[in-house]
Amino acid sequence: MSHSDVASVPEIELRSLDELWFQVAGTVCNLTCNHCFISCSPQNHSFQFLSYEQVDAALQESVAHGVREYYFTGGEPFLNKDLVRMLKRTLEFGPATVLTNGTVLKREWLEELRAAEAEAGFSLEFRVSIDGPTAEINDPVRGAGTFDLAITGVALLCKLGLLPIITMTQTWDDSQNLEILAAFRDVLKTHGCDRPRLKILPRLKIGAEEKRTEGYQQTERITAAMMQDFDRDQLLCHHSRVITNRGVYVCPILLDADHARLGDTLNESLGSFPLTEGACYTCYQFGAICSNSTLRPQESKT
Amino acid sequence: MKLALFGGLYSNYLALESAIADARQRNVDAAYCLGDLGAFGPYPDRVFPILHQHNIACVQGNYDDSIGNELNDCQCGYTDPQDNHFAQISYDYTLANTSDQNKTWLRSLPKEIRLQCDELNVLLCHGSPRRTNEFLWESNSSSAFLNRLADEHQADVIVATHSGIHWQRGLNHGRRFVNVGVLGRPENDGNTNVWYAVISTGKDAKPSALLCSVRGLTVPVSVEFIPVHYDHQRLAAEMQSERLPDEFVQTVLTGWWTTCLEILPSLERRGGKY
Repeated sequence: MSHSDVASVPEIELRSLDELWFQVAGTVCNLTCNHCFISCSPQNHSFQFLSYEQVDAALQESVAHGVREYYFTGGEPFLNKDLVRMLKRTLEFGPATVLTNGTVLKREWLEELRAAEAEAGFSLEFRVSIDGPTAEINDPVRGAGTFDLAITGVALLCKLGLLPIITMTQTWDDSQNLEILAAFRDVLKTHGCDRPRLKILPRLKIGAEEKRTEGYQQTERITAAMMQDFDRDQLLCHHSRVITNRGVYVCPILLDADHARLGDTLNESLGSFPLTEGACYTCYQFGAICSNSTLRPQESKT
Repeated sequence: MKLALFGGLYSNYLALESAIADARQRNVDAAYCLGDLGAFGPYPDRVFPILHQHNIACVQGNYDDSIGNELNDCQCGYTDPQDNHFAQISYDYTLANTSDQNKTWLRSLPKEIRLQCDELNVLLCHGSPRRTNEFLWESNSSSAFLNRLADEHQADVIVATHSGIHWQRGLNHGRRFVNVGVLGRPENDGNTNVWYAVISTGKDAKPSALLCSVRGLTVPVSVEFIPVHYDHQRLAAEMQSERLPDEFVQTVLTGWWTTCLEILPSLERRGGKY
């Protein structure tokens, strides 16, 4: 990046707080995926669990901001023993999405959540990470035996009618995408899931993934020129913030970037953010990849 | 004041004719269309003379913006390759079969229409007041969010379409969000009828109306969702003769959505068959 480019790092304002995220399991996970952008593992306690009281306080604060929907992530959110209670409370405010690896789900939790969802009338989405339609593709990334464990979780979700969204981090060539999607649809069908919801996500070359493959080149950065006429809604930071046990962050991807911590409270964290990171470039290319994307790309015209 | 509000037409001129006839019987003061005149159905030019003949003002939907400006796609924003495949068939057909004169008219449509109804501010938009192609589903829109939209856009009643399934919610001070559904295709519930809405204010409101209390006013507002039955078998036959995908025809004949399902939140998806 040239000196003039550094000087022109674009800032992005928070347009409005549409999605509120909870880093509910911190960086603690039962798996140690070797592509994890925040290097979650059983031993990574750099971010810790949120308490029910912390989540409840933020939910109440969120009303004044007009938050549309809530996301729960980690680590593995279901390691937090209060998660079910938190999700039930959240559904009193609005729709919720939980990003899980699907390996620790219990039937009684899901039955309770299904009933809470029906009562609330707000959707509870399960985004389950499985990185390919076979153990041969998934397990080298997520760990031995994880494909079978996660598919068992997905089958349980489907059996209860919860219609999980499967998210795959792409570790194959673009040309294979259609074949991978078709193969996954077949696999899901054999596990009783006849309404597949599949998404392929790009790799984020930070954290463990930087060690597994490579990091971002200095040229992979958003410039001010790139932001001209760009639909800013495609960047999560334009409409989201993340509550963690260490304060409020700009997005769930940049937890290891010190300047991504914006304040102690939501009200302190509504300022703009400089788009300095390589991961910002991926978000720019692919659009708010973490969310369920209610803000679809729109062609801008004069 | 009594208004008929029509959502996306998707070229379903037969349902539009039936809805207009129904609305006239109800003695509405005016009818509006909230955009997406083309898509999905056959003979896209047929809805235009009907709208003009009945003085139905229209909001510009994402489809109208795309067709009017001859963009590459419908700006529906699907991410699933199969959904995009079907959306593109529909878009290419509609683009090729919309006259230049009608494209010019689509380009001229406003992004929103603001009305005063018994001193209430009624905002007609396509997807949401802030973004033409934003999907507002009942199950993924919190009340806090809808209240914010009403505040930011100074609207006592927000009226939208785009998602394809009708719903409404009461907001603070008796304000209202109303998604009128669409006339273009059935609602993914196994019924072949389509829907529009009648919103009545003041002395025209139904006895069951809720009171909207804003700026020192107290005005009753009632919302009725009206099922519209039309000759769906004729529409299906015309779609077949135009070689539109059988998946679309099946939706018209069965009332179940068969494509472009990725956009549905879990609760709405669960209500369908596929």
